[in-house]
Amino acid sequence: MAILTVQNLTKRFGGLVALNRLSLEVEELAIHSIIGPNGSGKTTFFNCLTGFYKPEEGTMVFQGIPINGLTPDQINRLGISRTYQNIRLFANMTALENVLVGMHPRLKSTWVGAVLNSPYTQEEEQAAVKRAQELLHFVGLKGKGDFLARNLPYGDQRRLEVARALASNPKLLLLDEPMAGMNPRETMEMMNLIRRLRDELGITIILIEHQMRAVMGISERVTVLDYGEKIAEGTPQEIQNNPRVIEAYLGTSKAVADVTR
Amino acid sequence: MGASSARRSLLRQALRIGLIFGIVGIYLSLVGMVETFHGRAVIAGAISLGQTMLLLTGLGTGFLVARRTPEPLRWLSIPYSAISGFLSGLVLFTLPFLGNFVDLRAMFVNASPTLFALLTFGKGLAGGLLLLPLAGAVLGMVSALALQVPRRFLRPIGVGVTTVLIVSLFQEQLQIMLVGPAVVEAIRRFLFQAEGLTVRGASTIFLVTALANALWGQYREGIRQQVTQLPSAGRKSLRAIALIGGLLLVLLLPLVAGSFFAQVLVFVGLYTLMGFGLNVDLGFAGLFDLGFVAFFAIGAYTTALLTSTGPLGIAHISFWSALPIVVLMSLLAGVMLGVPVLRIRGDYLAIATLGFGEIIRLLVLSDFLRPWLGGSQGILEIPKPRIFGLELATPQQIFYVTVAFCVVVAYIAWRLRDSRIGRAWIAIREDEDVAAAMGINLINAKLLAFGIGASFAGIAGAIFASMVSSVFPHSFNLFISINVLALLIVGGLGSLPGVVVGSLVLIGLPELLREFSEYRLLVYGAALVAMMLLRPEGLWPEPVRKRELHVEELEVTPAPEVMEEALAATKGHVEVEGS
Repeated sequence: MAILTVQNLTKRFGGLVALNRLSLEVEELAIHSIIGPNGSGKTTFFNCLTGFYKPEEGTMVFQGIPINGLTPDQINRLGISRTYQNIRLFANMTALENVLVGMHPRLKSTWVGAVLNSPYTQEEEQAAVKRAQELLHFVGLKGKGDFLARNLPYGDQRRLEVARALASNPKLLLLDEPMAGMNPRETMEMMNLIRRLRDELGITIILIEHQMRAVMGISERVTVLDYGEKIAEGTPQEIQNNPRVIEAYLGTSKAVADVTR
Repeated sequence: MGASSARRSLLRQALRIGLIFGIVGIYLSLVGMVETFHGRAVIAGAISLGQTMLLLTGLGTGFLVARRTPEPLRWLSIPYSAISGFLSGLVLFTLPFLGNFVDLRAMFVNASPTLFALLTFGKGLAGGLLLLPLAGAVLGMVSALALQVPRRFLRPIGVGVTTVLIVSLFQEQLQIMLVGPAVVEAIRRFLFQAEGLTVRGASTIFLVTALANALWGQYREGIRQQVTQLPSAGRKSLRAIALIGGLLLVLLLPLVAGSFFAQVLVFVGLYTLMGFGLNVDLGFAGLFDLGFVAFFAIGAYTTALLTSTGPLGIAHISFWSALPIVVLMSLLAGVMLGVPVLRIRGDYLAIATLGFGEIIRLLVLSDFLRPWLGGSQGILEIPKPRIFGLELATPQQIFYVTVAFCVVVAYIAWRLRDSRIGRAWIAIREDEDVAAAMGINLINAKLLAFGIGASFAGIAGAIFASMVSSVFPHSFNLFISINVLALLIVGGLGSLPGVVVGSLVLIGLPELLREFSEYRLLVYGAALVAMMLLRPEGLWPEPVRKRELHVEELEVTPAPEVMEEALAATKGHVEVEGS
């Protein structure tokens, strides 16, 4: 069953067509990768899904609910969460606080409760801190909750972004190049983490990634974008052998021949 | 070759520093600070504040030159400082020299014969030419030499001199405080005479503070160790004792120091209240508001309308029954300002809110609203707050009211900061788009920040209105907004104690140092620039910023068991992939 159905999604910036009639179905509990050269519209797609961009045409339906025109926070509350290509943590907050912010929509206490320090608020805060610590543990940041986000090493910042995105209990997680700039070992750890998100937490994953080994290693399905259009879709094997994909990535077949020679 | 070029570059720097400080001296003289401050004695009969200022200028040359001298050329710093000081003296001498031949007063009203006499040590032009550069050279040399003295000697001397300076600046207030029993009276007569510190008083204060500082330096480590070794309960109670002690001191201060001092502290308190308000907007949520005075005005005018016994009063209720309505009104005003500017960010927000502050002031002034708000004649006959039939009229009593509100508001701000709402605000400050993607409703969070910030300012306005018994539009000008912003920056954005420190420094000090009030804006500007350059995090930054500096010293690698777990997890999956 499809958790997300996108039909004919078009996004233009002036004369530039960033997404051109993109249609896509993401199966529940899939790890679905989106690849494509730089500027092919992958991140634009995420920005449309999370409500930052308003697409000109097309529909996006998440779990049977149309999400066109909803604000980012409403979409988050429906169960879609994301990470960013260029890490965007709250740099001057601690790791724990970052995760707690991610939990914001799941918490109920009001400002009055906070000022009066009501028993409900206290309980909720304690539970939230406990859960945040579990999440940090889950992504492998145990014991680092009190570090400022900006002071964490690069790989840990990526993990923290994942933990923060998990904090709102999403059904669908959009990961934007989570392995960018990672060494092979860190990449391996991140791949395992992504699998565990799906297997242990039951989260459907859409992954934008440039590291082909990782993409081919963990995805069930791969969609290829080029100039905002879907040029191929299928299993990793099918994609690897698709001539249009090779052309989009490496240029014409002659250029490929030159490179591979 | 390296050494000689280093030497030449150092000489060039020394000359440049001398020139700059000479020009600074001329500037201070021409704006009138030197002469004005000459009227204020640091040590009666010995040295005036104006002279101290020139002295500090001279010392500054040596300090800067010595600081820029690289270690291998250390001995050179002394002659070069002397040269630098000499040059600054020479440059300063051009002022009385020129003044002798050209009538500078046509353009610079402060270029008076008194000033020239002061600059030439009363010895005429020839004497000035000899003495001024010489004094500069000696001062430059002294400060360069002082920097060669080990820190553990230099620090007590510095602390001693600074204390004497501070005591002399506040001598009027201190003398008022020291009126009373015979013993106190004797201390006063020992330390002070009518115009300022006596020589024996100054040297006693210098010796006592320098000695105390030296002893503290000696034993500080030991004491600190003992405190850190205390169990956490012990440390907590120690902190509680310090807090209660500090609070007691604050409460007793106006009683000892007299009503003028209390009045100044009331203003500090009102600005602290507004500072807490703007801190919610700007410090927490990162929302600029340059029209903050509007909420102060709305609070004051609402109080006036509700409580005034004059013809414009509409309800004639008491201060305390009006207060909830005032808070509500200013909260609503904050939200109403928030709605149109929700989508505006950063600098643009500052400009937009600036307009709002002016709109409120002009509305109050307008003929249209004159029948209700009194136009430029304002609203009069606002009663003082009463508690159990006791009218709170003296500055001391108002001070306690202000302190009480400050404590309540500080508590609210503190609780909010560490709550779900505070985290949402700070997240918005850090990255608005990501905050929205994390499920934070930007509209609600921002409007709440605007509303709560405004309500704090409204309380300040209410106290202000009933304290002065009348409100006029001209009391609510742009400068109040700017002051609040400046005190936040000086104290440390986002920090609650920073707000108090900031308003003490920027509001309290200029009120107490009457001579400075004429140069208040000049000092403000200099202070803000200096803060931005030297201590951009503010005088008392929020703890997280301190932690930021502290964390680099900590170990960043995770605990071993975490590493092992991660490794084990990796291994399992590697095998799966390999198969």
